[in-house]
Amino acid sequence: MSKGRFGVHGGQYMPETLMNAVIELEEAYNHYKNDPAFNAELTELLNNYAGRPSRLYFAKHMTNDLGGAKIYLKREDLNHTGAHKINNVLGQALLAKKMGKTRLIAETGAGQHGVATATAAALMGMECVVFMGVEDTERQALNVYRMRLLGAEVIPVSTGTGTLKDACSAAFREWTSRIDDTHYCLGSCMGPHPFPTIVRDFQSVISKEIKEQMLEKEGKLPDVVMACVGGGSNAIGAFYNFIEDEGVRLIGCEAAGRGVNTAETAATIATGRLGIFHGMKSYFCQDEYGQIAPVYSISAGLDYPGIGPEHAYLHDIGRAEYVPVTDDEAVNAFEYLSRIEGIIPAIESAHAVAYAMKLALTMRKDQTIVINISGRGDKDCAAIARYRGEDIHE
Amino acid sequence: MSKITSAFRSGKAFIPFVTCGDPSLDVTEQIVYAMADAGADLIELGIPFSDPTAEGPVIQEANVRALSAGTTTDKIFDMVRRIRQKTDIPMVFMTYANVVYSYGSERFIRTAAEIGMDGLILPDVPFEEKAEFDPLCRQYGIDLVSLIAPTSHDRIRMIAKEASGFVYCVSSLGVTGVRSSITTDIGAMVKLVKETQDIPCAVGFGISTPEQAAKMAAQSDGAIVGSAIVKICAKYGKDCVPHVKEYVKSMKDAVRNAN
Repeated sequence: MSKGRFGVHGGQYMPETLMNAVIELEEAYNHYKNDPAFNAELTELLNNYAGRPSRLYFAKHMTNDLGGAKIYLKREDLNHTGAHKINNVLGQALLAKKMGKTRLIAETGAGQHGVATATAAALMGMECVVFMGVEDTERQALNVYRMRLLGAEVIPVSTGTGTLKDACSAAFREWTSRIDDTHYCLGSCMGPHPFPTIVRDFQSVISKEIKEQMLEKEGKLPDVVMACVGGGSNAIGAFYNFIEDEGVRLIGCEAAGRGVNTAETAATIATGRLGIFHGMKSYFCQDEYGQIAPVYSISAGLDYPGIGPEHAYLHDIGRAEYVPVTDDEAVNAFEYLSRIEGIIPAIESAHAVAYAMKLALTMRKDQTIVINISGRGDKDCAAIARYRGEDIHE
Repeated sequence: MSKITSAFRSGKAFIPFVTCGDPSLDVTEQIVYAMADAGADLIELGIPFSDPTAEGPVIQEANVRALSAGTTTDKIFDMVRRIRQKTDIPMVFMTYANVVYSYGSERFIRTAAEIGMDGLILPDVPFEEKAEFDPLCRQYGIDLVSLIAPTSHDRIRMIAKEASGFVYCVSSLGVTGVRSSITTDIGAMVKLVKETQDIPCAVGFGISTPEQAAKMAAQSDGAIVGSAIVKICAKYGKDCVPHVKEYVKSMKDAVRNAN
């Protein structure tokens, strides 16, 4: 079996042209991840540039309103650039810089990873090109402007469905044509080895902090940790340090779009099957001949036909559960959290909030749920207004 | 000697590619006969994939046209069955890992062998992952073609040692598509392969003119052309067959005596 496996998942299904690049990346990562100077530099950036550690907030009103388990919100939305994406990007950008790369390329769905990459490139004096599905440049116009403001070039991708998977394919194609000076700063825990491992490691700071914060606030580990899952980077970050704690339920909330019984869904675990795509073996939404399905979700960040290989493995062994959440449920949760706690979550994160609203009722008052609020929802306001039939200008 | 290797016996080889089902499988079938008539030594049949990450825009669009026309793996197998009643020209499938894996790797490879295919090219399956498909290919007598790229360097010997059929030398960085010039030292790549194993080497990616084909064939055992042919299919649609035939003939003439 090749490197980078999580059970049967993972691997390196890449064109030969990129093989030395991913091998070089793996070697560099293995060197720097144990380098005290590298880690000190990264921690300094995470703390004083990105604003870590992020807060763990007890959602008192939500808890009282639902009348079940105590709900805590891990506030990744308070990070610089407004999402968890910056954790991974600062790590990869620093690594790329050490490797002598001068240019970062990235794919983006909702635009949060693109904004984070453009930010890190600005900070570190690197060139930046972001690929974004043309559909997403329209529904996330504000983030397109932010990336350009930060000095990045944004390339709209019109192939396929014009969404995240196509942006990802375009970024892989670009990397194939320009490797020497360019690092592909992949935004999720997916793609060929070593990306799923690198992204998970850089995001695992989330679960490391949750653990410390829960022990401090509650004197015990949480009963449930939940997060939304597209490729799955915020979820793997929130889960990783709890995998060893069998008593902690890990729940990933997939985007069901208009429902898992419709074609307009992006719920990979619920509707996909094993396949090989974008460098990895994992579960993918696909037809009987292996053609990748044109998935759909209101959330550009979860609108992806696959899931990271480590999530596929956690599903296989039953260590994590994956549940589908529809557009409607997510929009309701988006509005609910805004009103009840004064926190506007990203529509992606609202998928996790929506499931917590159902789950909390079934739990005892002495039990606890931690929801990873992976990003803030400013970027989604115009789209949600449109969803509710209100045409506002951004 | 495999049937693919024998395709390189009569001088430098010309290897044309076509996306199956663009614009229809009936036209693809006629294209195959025309290519064989025009002197092609080996034909690459592309099975369309929804997200062909190693292809440039020309072949990406051909994949979209083919899939929109209802092309499926089973219908392509049926087309090959028809073709095999008329010609025994060596043919290989070119597609992506998921097309094979999703069909059931053994079922796909066994069927491909049964209907008379000679090889399989999977651009998203590098040396490290070939154990997924190569043992099945060997079991059923299909060559899983290995690719080497300008970035392969120290990997070339490792890849060449276990290669079968022919070695596909990727001429330049990037995805498939027409290029104005190719600057890679193909001769050096081919030399490394030949030092490891006496196996034919054909060069692809970016070749469109007879001059380029002759230059690449001179440094190797043959030239592979995809996008330039797919462009002709896109331009003439169902009337493309004579145009493809004329083009293949001009390319074969250019590479035949290249040195």
